[in-house]
Amino acid sequence: MTALQKKQHNPIAHLTDADIEELGRELDAIREEIIVSRGENDAAYIRKIIDVQRKLEIASRGVLLFSLFPPAWIAGTTGLSISKILENMEIGHNVMHGQWDWMRDPKIHSTSWEWDNASPSDMWKHSHNQIHHTFTNVLGRDNDLGYGIMRVDEDQRWHPFYLAQPLWNFLNACLFEYGIAAYDLEIGKYAKGRKDKALFKAQTKAVFAKIKKQATRDYLVHPLLSGPSAVPTLAANATANLIRNLWTHSVIMCGHFPEGVETFEKSSIEGETRGEWYLRQMLGAANISGSDAMHLMTGNLSFQIEHHLYPDLPSNRYKEISPRIQELFERYGLTYAVGPLPQQLGSAWKKVFRLSLPNDFRRKASAAVVASAGPSAIARKVGLTSSPVPERVAA
Amino acid sequence: MTAPAPTLPVLGRLRERVGRLAELVATPLVPADYVDLVDPLRSGADLRGRVVEVVPETRDAATIVIRPGRGWKPHTPGQYVRVGVDVDGVRQWRAYSLTSEHARPDGCVAVTVKAIPDGKVSNYLVRRARPGLVVQLDQAAGDFVLPAVRPSKVLFVTAGSGITPVMGMIRNAVDELDDVVLVHSAPTADDVIFAAELRALAADGRIRLVEKHTDVDGMLGLDDLAGLVPDLAERQTWACGPAGLLDLLEAHWAERGLADRMHTERFRPTVLVTGEGGAVSFSRTGTVVEADGATPLLDAGEEAGVLMPSGCRMGICFGCVVPLRSGAVRDLRDGHVTTAVEGDGVRIQTCISAAAGACDIEL
Repeated sequence: MTALQKKQHNPIAHLTDADIEELGRELDAIREEIIVSRGENDAAYIRKIIDVQRKLEIASRGVLLFSLFPPAWIAGTTGLSISKILENMEIGHNVMHGQWDWMRDPKIHSTSWEWDNASPSDMWKHSHNQIHHTFTNVLGRDNDLGYGIMRVDEDQRWHPFYLAQPLWNFLNACLFEYGIAAYDLEIGKYAKGRKDKALFKAQTKAVFAKIKKQATRDYLVHPLLSGPSAVPTLAANATANLIRNLWTHSVIMCGHFPEGVETFEKSSIEGETRGEWYLRQMLGAANISGSDAMHLMTGNLSFQIEHHLYPDLPSNRYKEISPRIQELFERYGLTYAVGPLPQQLGSAWKKVFRLSLPNDFRRKASAAVVASAGPSAIARKVGLTSSPVPERVAA
Repeated sequence: MTAPAPTLPVLGRLRERVGRLAELVATPLVPADYVDLVDPLRSGADLRGRVVEVVPETRDAATIVIRPGRGWKPHTPGQYVRVGVDVDGVRQWRAYSLTSEHARPDGCVAVTVKAIPDGKVSNYLVRRARPGLVVQLDQAAGDFVLPAVRPSKVLFVTAGSGITPVMGMIRNAVDELDDVVLVHSAPTADDVIFAAELRALAADGRIRLVEKHTDVDGMLGLDDLAGLVPDLAERQTWACGPAGLLDLLEAHWAERGLADRMHTERFRPTVLVTGEGGAVSFSRTGTVVEADGATPLLDAGEEAGVLMPSGCRMGICFGCVVPLRSGAVRDLRDGHVTTAVEGDGVRIQTCISAAAGACDIEL
């Protein structure tokens, strides 16, 4: 990436203001079609998914009561991992987005849903629904661009801390559930004195309370209920949580980090119109191609572009509108970023490695070696001091 | 030498412990969320019912026989029950009179629904409901009931689906009532709900049945009534039907100083008039604001000093969702109007909704 506004070839230079507004109207029309057609089948879909997930969870935990037996351990852990992934992605993420509020079912509603994750739902909704979805990919506003621990854009200022970012990323992936909770706490902001102390205290308390409940269930109660299988059950639960963490982290990386996704300068969204917001969502996300099973396991975030255009439309409808969205991309001369999972994930990881070094590291390094006059001169040229990019990025 | 048999307190504590354990395992859900998947009608669950039979009564009316959850409290005939039905994916709540015998051997209850033109729920129940359908329920409510000491002379005046609460009363108390007159008006003879049963009761001399069919007799009027029932002043009267008829009856009885002998049950809720803008009431804080049809409720409320939750202020984050207790609002993005009456459980986003008539926000 590099902020769109700074690119040599601006991918939206060919669009006039009128074009963008027309694009907005066309996107509104598609949205309207889906809104008026929501009905029985959609409601049946989410109820079925919830039904299947809960039964799978109970069955898996039941099987794990006998986890001393390897087949039981494998079956139970597999089932529990799938159940946790479904709960996290297709159900939790989407219900909390308000995608199913239209059903007027108080039990499947964004205002009351609590998910099986360390971050309390109201905190997650703030950082995700409100911040990430409003300021998508805006450098300095969307903290999902690196989560404060990574540098994922050339226009984000480099710092030696980022040298180890492949490691931070991997650790974050393994502990993603807690990573999200820490992220939603806005620890960095608090450390800089820019977050209300009382609020931070209250939220920290809420997070610890939630973690305590989750951990008690997975690492104490369920193992104890397993009697002689206590230790294998504990291991099974830890493994299922780890698998869920790694999977969700990977899917989320594919949403905005693969090559081909645009980022935007802070000033570019001042006075942003609805059409311009739509356009930023189109360019600031990437899709994953694959089977229906893959789409389900990603919570339909494989349709990240469609999701960003319409975060509150039922996830089961993204696939159906995808061809029409792609047609719009073509007609307006834009590139639809999509690729199979391994390719997208590889592209995202490659970026994490590449940007752990300062921009243009290779060129500068060889130039420095050639023209070296001393250690401090090398240090300067290789960019281990401030880079000349004007945009400051808040962590 | 023997220990006392386990007493209730011990069992109670055990149940408590098991319940606590279940909570620890179910978190962040509650145990009910799992048990509901297998036994939604158990006692202690949210009150629900399962349709066991749909019995057509007339061309546009049917009796829905429901097995209520085990938490159901027996009703008094004449009362109604609020039923929550998912129609086209959306939960809708309506109130229907209970027409079943008070304590059926099978434990079921019944409501009789007449499909009204454009009626979402009534048409669904009459035409599309099938045995096995699970509906939400409230406990029976209402005071349109016979007193415990039965009156010696009773008059029922009903029209159309207004027969339903009265049928509940008749089915349960006809043996305890010496003198019952039922004046019922329906569009045609075939549209009389429960026709066969009522005519049989009349033939057996247990009630006096006067049928008025609008297609041949015209609409039921006060003069007709006075002529048909000369001693109506001596009768405790229960009336149920369209608002127009009930207004007439209430006025007439009041004029003659007999208001305490007239009991009415009204079906149609207040008609919601939708328009541009309106009075926005914030029921919890007691603030009322006049807002136009272009101002988001979020802005209107904040200007009036109401503490409103908010987020992106552009409709995508759902951070401003609050209950709409009653009234009508319009989505500023696409013009869709959302209406609610108390108990509907409607929630709206205030940042993209404007008043489309009077509305009551629970803040």
